[in-house]
This record gives sequence, C-alpha cells and structure tokens, in this order.
Amino acid sequence: MGHTLIEKIIGKKVGHEVKPGDIVTVDVDWCMIDDIMAPFAVQKFHEMGFSKVYNPDKIVLIYDHFLPATQVDDSRHFRVADEFAEKYGIKSVHRTDGICHQLMTEAGYVKPGDIAFGTDSHTVTYGCVGAFSTGIGYTEMAGILGTGQLWIKVPETIKVEIDGTLSGNVTSKDIILRIIGDLTASGATYQAIEFTGSTVDSMSVASRMTMSNMSVEAGAKCGLFAPDEKTCDYCRIPYDDEMKALRGDDNATYSKVLQYRAEDFVPVCACPSLVDNIKPVSELKGTKVNQVFLGSCTNGRLEDLRTAATILKGKHVADYVKLIVTPASRKIYREALADGTLGILSDAGAIITTPGCGLCCGRGGGILSDDEVVVATNNRNFLGRMGTSKVKIYLASPATAAATAIAGEITEA
Amino acid sequence: MFEAKIWKLGDDIDTDIILPTEYLAFDTVEKMKPYAFSPLRQDLAGMIKPGDMIVAGNNFGCGSSREQAPEVVKALGVSCIVAKSFARIFFRNAINNGLLLIEQPDLYDNVKEGEVAKVEPGKEIIVNGKSYEIANLPENLMEILDAGGLVKAMRKRNGLD
Repeated sequence: MGHTLIEKIIGKKVGHEVKPGDIVTVDVDWCMIDDIMAPFAVQKFHEMGFSKVYNPDKIVLIYDHFLPATQVDDSRHFRVADEFAEKYGIKSVHRTDGICHQLMTEAGYVKPGDIAFGTDSHTVTYGCVGAFSTGIGYTEMAGILGTGQLWIKVPETIKVEIDGTLSGNVTSKDIILRIIGDLTASGATYQAIEFTGSTVDSMSVASRMTMSNMSVEAGAKCGLFAPDEKTCDYCRIPYDDEMKALRGDDNATYSKVLQYRAEDFVPVCACPSLVDNIKPVSELKGTKVNQVFLGSCTNGRLEDLRTAATILKGKHVADYVKLIVTPASRKIYREALADGTLGILSDAGAIITTPGCGLCCGRGGGILSDDEVVVATNNRNFLGRMGTSKVKIYLASPATAAATAIAGEITEA
Repeated sequence: MFEAKIWKLGDDIDTDIILPTEYLAFDTVEKMKPYAFSPLRQDLAGMIKPGDMIVAGNNFGCGSSREQAPEVVKALGVSCIVAKSFARIFFRNAINNGLLLIEQPDLYDNVKEGEVAKVEPGKEIIVNGKSYEIANLPENLMEILDAGGLVKAMRKRNGLD
C-alpha cells in the first residue's frame, strides 16, 4: 500500500509506518513564536515548571505583528521575548526582518521533510517546500519548548490535481481561492491537502507559498507540495534521492481527489465576510473601493510586487484610493528596491510600508472604518479583521489588486 | 451532569469574532472578557453568566491560532461549547485550557437561545425532554481535560503537583 506525502513525513520522523487516525508523538524540528504570542508562551512555560528549553537552536522568535509598535503596550512583547531569548540561549531572533512565515523558509530554517509548529495559523505556509507545519496555541508551544515533542493525529489527505497552462491574468491566488470556495471554509478540517499536477510543477516556490498559506482557510492541517529542483534550489540543499522520494505514491489512499484544468481558472475574489464566498472578478466590476492592500505572508513576495508594478507602470492610482504596499521581508524589500519595482509603485502613488503583518491583522497603518471597501491580497476577510466590523474586505490576487487601484473599482487585470 | 442556559451562535464563528486582534495584547484574560464576540454581538459577553453554554453550527473557532479565544470563553464561565464541528487549532487550544467541547450534529437545529439543557458528558444532552447522544473525547485528550488543562498536566510531569 502506498503512502501520501504527510504519511511519509510523519512516518519517517517516528520510525514506523503510519496511517490516518493514528495518534503519534513527534520530535519537533522547528518552533516558531511570533511577537503577539511570545509573552503568553513564556508565561505558560514557566507555569509548567520548566527550567530549560529542549534545544535553543531549534527555536525561532520573530517580531512582525506589532512592528513598528502602534499601541503603548506593544513593546512589552518585544521585551519579554528578548529576555526569554537571552535567558535560554536562543540565538535566532528576528526583530525587524519581516513576516514570520516568509522568514522560516527564506532565512534557511525549514527544509523539505521537516516538522515545524508555530504560534500562528498560517504556519501551514512551509508546506510549500514539502514540510509538515501547522499552527498551535501558546500552551502547546510552551509544552514543546520544554519537551521538544507534540502529539499529533495523522490526517487523511485531499489530493488536488491541476494540469495545463494558466491564462495571463490568473495567479496561484485565484487557484487557491477557487479551491477554498469548492471545499468550503471547513471542507478540509483535520485533513492535509496535497497539490500536484503540471500547473503546480511549473509554478515558482513563491506561488506555491500562496496556496500552502491559504490551505488553513479551508480548515486544513497543512497544504503540501512535493519538493522538486526549484524547492531544493530555494532551500539551498541538493535534490537527491531522499528528496525525490518525498511525494505521495500513485497507489496512496486519498479521502478525496479534486481535478482541475488550469485553463478553467479565472480571476476571483473572496467576498465579504467569508473566505469561501468566491465570485469571479468580472461579476464584481463597478464595486467602488477606498483602499487596496498589496502584501502579507500570502502575497507580499517579489513576484507579487513585480506583477503589480507591471500593471501600475506609468499609471497612477485613482483619486481617493490609498494603495498600501507591504513587502513580506527585508530581503524582498531590498530586491524590489534594487530592481526598480518599489520606484514604479511609489511613482504610481503607493504608500510603501515596513515589512510586517500590520494591516492584515488589523494592527498597522491603513485601518478602515464603517462602510469602507478594501481589495486586499492577504488571506482573511473576517468581520472586523482590518478595522470595524462594517468594513467590506475583498480578497484578491496582486494583479486584480493593481488593476483595481488604478480604476478605483474592482477590475480584472 | 450539569444544567446550562443556551446562547446560540451560527456557522463559521471565527477567532477574530471570538476575540478581535486589537484586544489580544491585554496582559490578562480578565481585561479581554468584555470584548468577546463583540464584532458579532457587542453585548453578548456581558450577558453570559458562569455555567451557561454555547451552541453553534459548523466550524466553530475557525481562523487564527490565538489561544486567547478559548481562554476568554473559559474566563466568561462557559461550561461547554456544543457545535456541529470545530476548527482544529481551536479544538486543541480549548482542551489544553480545560474547556469542554462537544461535537453534536443535531442539537443546533433543534434548540433556541435561552432554553436550558441538561448535559451529561460522554452520554447525552437533554433539551425540552429530547435526548441528543454525545461521545467522549479520545483518551489522550480526556487525560489533559481531566488534569484541568495542559499546564497542570505538564506540572504533574515535572513533579510539581
């Protein structure tokens, strides 16, 4: 009997074959703790009575949600995390480098086949390199900090096969939004998703990150891509036999198989206020917007900024529209600065902010008020997510976002 | 066995509804309490009394991994949440905080807010004389719940209690 990718990753870690439903305890390769949750994890760690961490070199602290601080108590979070790092010998502390989910692979921590847990639900992002990673609460994180282990239930897997060539204005964001619409916001709960097919094979790692990142919006425990040469280049490791074996077997058992033709995808939005309320952009034409947000761990990468810059070059955002651009990391910021992308976006009228979570989680610059409309490239359009509960959030691709910023109303690129 | 007054919420009650991001940084759960469920029902947190229960539809607790969500529900004194289904991170977080969650497919469609339920964990919920069957959690989770949450379970492991 064959195995799915998640069964192989977990099986290798525990040293025996596993099947869906098995409850196993795994050794954890990476712990990621963000600034919001750090003080709570630290408090629970001490309440539990631990006096040392299981391995300081496997723990990564990243400040991103509250950076730069917008409320007077925010800096307490940095202070508590800094003290914890100092006391327990944790060297990997990113204080101003960007969004945690971008950094965990970009800075060279998580590799294919690794198991990682983070105190943020979009920890699923590292599935883009074939790692099993998922979000947990701060109490469980405190337990891992002390023991290096966590119990998990081996999930069933939904296989998503996409073959063919995407049309020019369709991106991986449109694909994952459509899939969430088809599965619904709870359709993959407790399950893994495995993305395969020729369309996926031809995607960049950055495009795959967008899909892994949003797999949790369908309730998934993780959203996985088998590692290939592109993955290994990105992770700076050889594409050897071990890497080649990290893929779902043809005779593995899947709970469900969804098959798509790339040519059938069109630009879409997730409409207020549910991630699975998906409509084609063409049906929303004419919806006036107050603001456009390009950024986040979903779509704040260099290719996303370049896509937007191609559309915005020589043009200007509509009167009254604020276009806010937030690169996902300092590295991306520097690259986009060096190749002229940020210059084009700035000339077009964009407000370019420091890398971080900011607006996506409703803490940073660009908070909206009652009855305002925003088209945003991030991952959640929940009530009150980016301001008051009467803000209307449409989630879209960078291409749709850029075209919308120019027109001042929802527009297909 | 306990009796509890029902507060009824819908499908996909996400963690941003249970506790919006702007209140996550309060240093105590006590300070967060008034803002629970505020994007959806501003006055709900003030009306929930210790011992009351929440009945909801599918996918309760979807969204972020913020553990403040189950902590604030627990702090309001909610005795249990009965839903058609729960999102997975919320599910783990709730158990780790000693908050009882019960999956039951039929209760939601058959009860009204304000009605009183008799709950016998692992066996049944009775509302208006009608019984709804409920199962126990898996053994490893019952151990955490019985210990009073993961912190207490870990303290025991570390020889402190």
